[in-house]
Amino acid sequence: MREMGLGRAIPRTEDWRLLRGRGRYTDDTTLPRATRLYVLRSPHAAARICSIDTTAGLKSPGVLAILTGEDMAREGFGTFASRVTRQRPDGKPNFVPPYRPLALERVHHVGEPVAAIVAETLDQAKDAAELVAVDYETLPSVTDTAEAAKPGAPTVWEEAPSNLCFLFKIGDKSAADAAFARAQHVARESFLISRVTANSMEGRAALAAYDEGEDRYTLHAGLQGPHGMRQEIANVFGLPATRFHLISPDVGGGFGMKGSIYPEYILALWAARLIQRPVKWIAERGEGLISDHEARDNRSTVELALDQNGKFLALRVNTIANLGAYLALSGVHCPTNNLGGLAGTYTIPAFDVTVTGVFSNTLPTSAYRGAGRPEASYCIERIIDVAAREMQLDRAELRRRNMIPAEAMPYKTALTFTYDSGEFEAMMEKCLELADWRGFEIRRAEARQRGKLRGIGMASVIESAGGPPGKPMEEGAEIRFDPGGTATVLMGSHNHGQGHETVFRQFAQELLGLPFDKVRVAYGDTDAVYHGRGTFGSRTMMVGGTAFKAAAEKVIARGKEIAAHLLEASALDIEFSDGRFTVAGTDRGVDLAEVAKASFLPGRTPKGMELGLQGAAVMAPSDASFPNGCHVCEVEIDPETGTTQMVRYTVVDDVGRVVNPLLLKGQIHGGIAQGAGQALLEAVVYERESGQMLSGSFMDYGMPRADDFPSFEVGSHDVPCRTNPLGIKGAGEAGTVGALPAVMNAVADALRPLGIARIDMPASPEAIWRAIQAATT
Amino acid sequence: MAGSITFSVNGKSQTLALAPETPLLYVLRNDLELNGAKFGCGLAQCGACTVIADGAAIRSCITPLGDVAGREVTTIEGLGTSEKPHPLQKAFIELQAAQCGYCINGMVMSAKALLDQSPQASNTEMREALAGNLCRCGTHTRILRAIAQAQKEMAP
Repeated sequence: MREMGLGRAIPRTEDWRLLRGRGRYTDDTTLPRATRLYVLRSPHAAARICSIDTTAGLKSPGVLAILTGEDMAREGFGTFASRVTRQRPDGKPNFVPPYRPLALERVHHVGEPVAAIVAETLDQAKDAAELVAVDYETLPSVTDTAEAAKPGAPTVWEEAPSNLCFLFKIGDKSAADAAFARAQHVARESFLISRVTANSMEGRAALAAYDEGEDRYTLHAGLQGPHGMRQEIANVFGLPATRFHLISPDVGGGFGMKGSIYPEYILALWAARLIQRPVKWIAERGEGLISDHEARDNRSTVELALDQNGKFLALRVNTIANLGAYLALSGVHCPTNNLGGLAGTYTIPAFDVTVTGVFSNTLPTSAYRGAGRPEASYCIERIIDVAAREMQLDRAELRRRNMIPAEAMPYKTALTFTYDSGEFEAMMEKCLELADWRGFEIRRAEARQRGKLRGIGMASVIESAGGPPGKPMEEGAEIRFDPGGTATVLMGSHNHGQGHETVFRQFAQELLGLPFDKVRVAYGDTDAVYHGRGTFGSRTMMVGGTAFKAAAEKVIARGKEIAAHLLEASALDIEFSDGRFTVAGTDRGVDLAEVAKASFLPGRTPKGMELGLQGAAVMAPSDASFPNGCHVCEVEIDPETGTTQMVRYTVVDDVGRVVNPLLLKGQIHGGIAQGAGQALLEAVVYERESGQMLSGSFMDYGMPRADDFPSFEVGSHDVPCRTNPLGIKGAGEAGTVGALPAVMNAVADALRPLGIARIDMPASPEAIWRAIQAATT
Repeated sequence: MAGSITFSVNGKSQTLALAPETPLLYVLRNDLELNGAKFGCGLAQCGACTVIADGAAIRSCITPLGDVAGREVTTIEGLGTSEKPHPLQKAFIELQAAQCGYCINGMVMSAKALLDQSPQASNTEMREALAGNLCRCGTHTRILRAIAQAQKEMAP
């Protein structure tokens, strides 16, 4: 009966649409009389806007409106919110720069919107933009993380002296200091965690409309959480959320980047009202590269204290996090809320963690697959390798000596997380076996004969999913039956490639016995779906699944009453299993679909009972989950060119109960590809003097391609989560969390015979070639 | 029609009165309601807009309409039907090679052009044929497996 239920490897129902070109992405929708928006952006990293003259632009053919920051200020628009507040060193809340949809008086990064031009066609809007005269007085700028934090650096905001946004400390400094004082060995290294950008294949887009009759706005845009975005947009307009309808159809990749609120959404909606016509904005690729929120960009100094046996005594981490010129919605969240992963899979008794958030003349940084989790894992997993090398211990053995034993669960770390479950050592052994860790030196020697430098690296990582820990956020789920007996599942989570249309059909089959073709899964429409948090932080299977289960239980409870009436039995005697209500101990029963049909017929339901059959729930699990895994990566470096080839990659993951192994492995693959991409290729580069974006096209921003990867070997060691009713842990970010340190540990290992102690991301051919040249000449 | 351009799309003749320099991608999407080819970069740097013209994979975002006058263009909409999916479409679904789906048009069309021209293409040739197609969901390894599976089914 449940051949399509939870745990089955079922191909996706949404794929047939996508494989025929029938997907519906934002730009695939048009509205009658739609106009085009073009955004004129700052060419300077820092400048005063002396004047903006739109006179000539307004006379340009086809132009319908040209809007500036002053127009916006006159209309009383609000600014974008920052979701998390931290403190300055003096204890006061951090400064939140006025993040306006259009710059007012000053610009603070290249690409900042300065004017919005709406015209009949895109070409006309661009022609008019050429005629908008903006008089800038350029100012000194700073883009580099370390430089922004240095005394005397150009000031981004006068309200934030020394470019300091916040100073955030966790752990127990005195305990850590004491541990370092008695340590036999201290491993110390600085790591650069590079700045990357999502570059979703579908760029950001917006199609806005305004209904004058109802005084209401509609926005079509690729979003990760339409309901949350509706409230953010409503706040900027100073209007109730009911005045906005957000539709997020198929989305060509989100990765965290599409969770932010962006100026263009506001500009398109506002312009649609002003000109009383729909307004479409589609990011060109170069435009996306100077307007999408970026991510990571940390300088971390990491120290690990060990005793003579290699037992970890304490971890000290000092991170400078580059927040950009403005605070993205999750800008402060990423470097401060996911630090718990620093504790890793190990028994580390003391921590001393400091994060300094700095402003710079760059795009805001925000969430990108992992959102602070890969950064944390990177620090602990790389410093363990440094310690192993210095103490001449096998890297796996050093980890083994410090691993949290399975019997210690639930385990409260000395930092922030309490792990509910996990068998870290068993998982690591399984991964080392699959990866033939012990046989590596033979492969290294063989590669050396071919003139190649072969290296192996590992990472045993853990992160939180569906959090925050202790107080996870909720999700909404609703199951609506129609009088024909089929069901529509409405989810508050958003599907942008994860396969939700398939997995929530699996949930419907597992919990309600409904066949796939009798269920439709809907999402991404704030008028249709009651409530949603959205998709981020590896949360949907466990949090959305928890909400779905609660909704299904309501359907069953109500269905039992109706079935009892139909079967002339007591509701207490009705049992439900595999889509059928039966009278206990008899073969008398009725299918859920029949109960659903009957529920709409007054004569067939108990007298006085309300009609119809649906169940809705907004639920949160009791805690976050802690997916974990062991990754082993092998690389070969060509010393002549500096080119790194990933030749083998093995991962064994614990994501709790698996809903669909086919989709799960796809998520793990994707996570590894994004982590490896950052480790080996990707980097957002700003020119130091001018603050110009140097990585402003796909020819300048390296990304992984089909010929860059080996086949990934993915094993599993699933330990059910104890804090949600389904036993599910998260999976979406797990691959990236492990890949970042595993790949870089492998690169470092390959270069170790040359005496190269340090290599930073991205380990591009140029970076490696230079390191080899410096070491060998 | 004076100043019009005639070409064939998915086996159907089209005559359009459009400027010959109009990018083919815009013609397909805006004038022919064929949304399968996607705008990814507009500069032939990502492959999302790939279509096939006379057997060769081309980037429709930089191909002027005038260049395909009199030629046979195939888009992903012209591949299979619900009843009879193309082996590539079938393999991509069975092996779950698509995630967000935005790059998939280009992957499928590049692969089709390769397999039509070299039915015995090696794994290395497949990797090379797809090296110009970006995918940010990171499904490359599955895409390659799906192409290999389709190759077997397409073999005479």
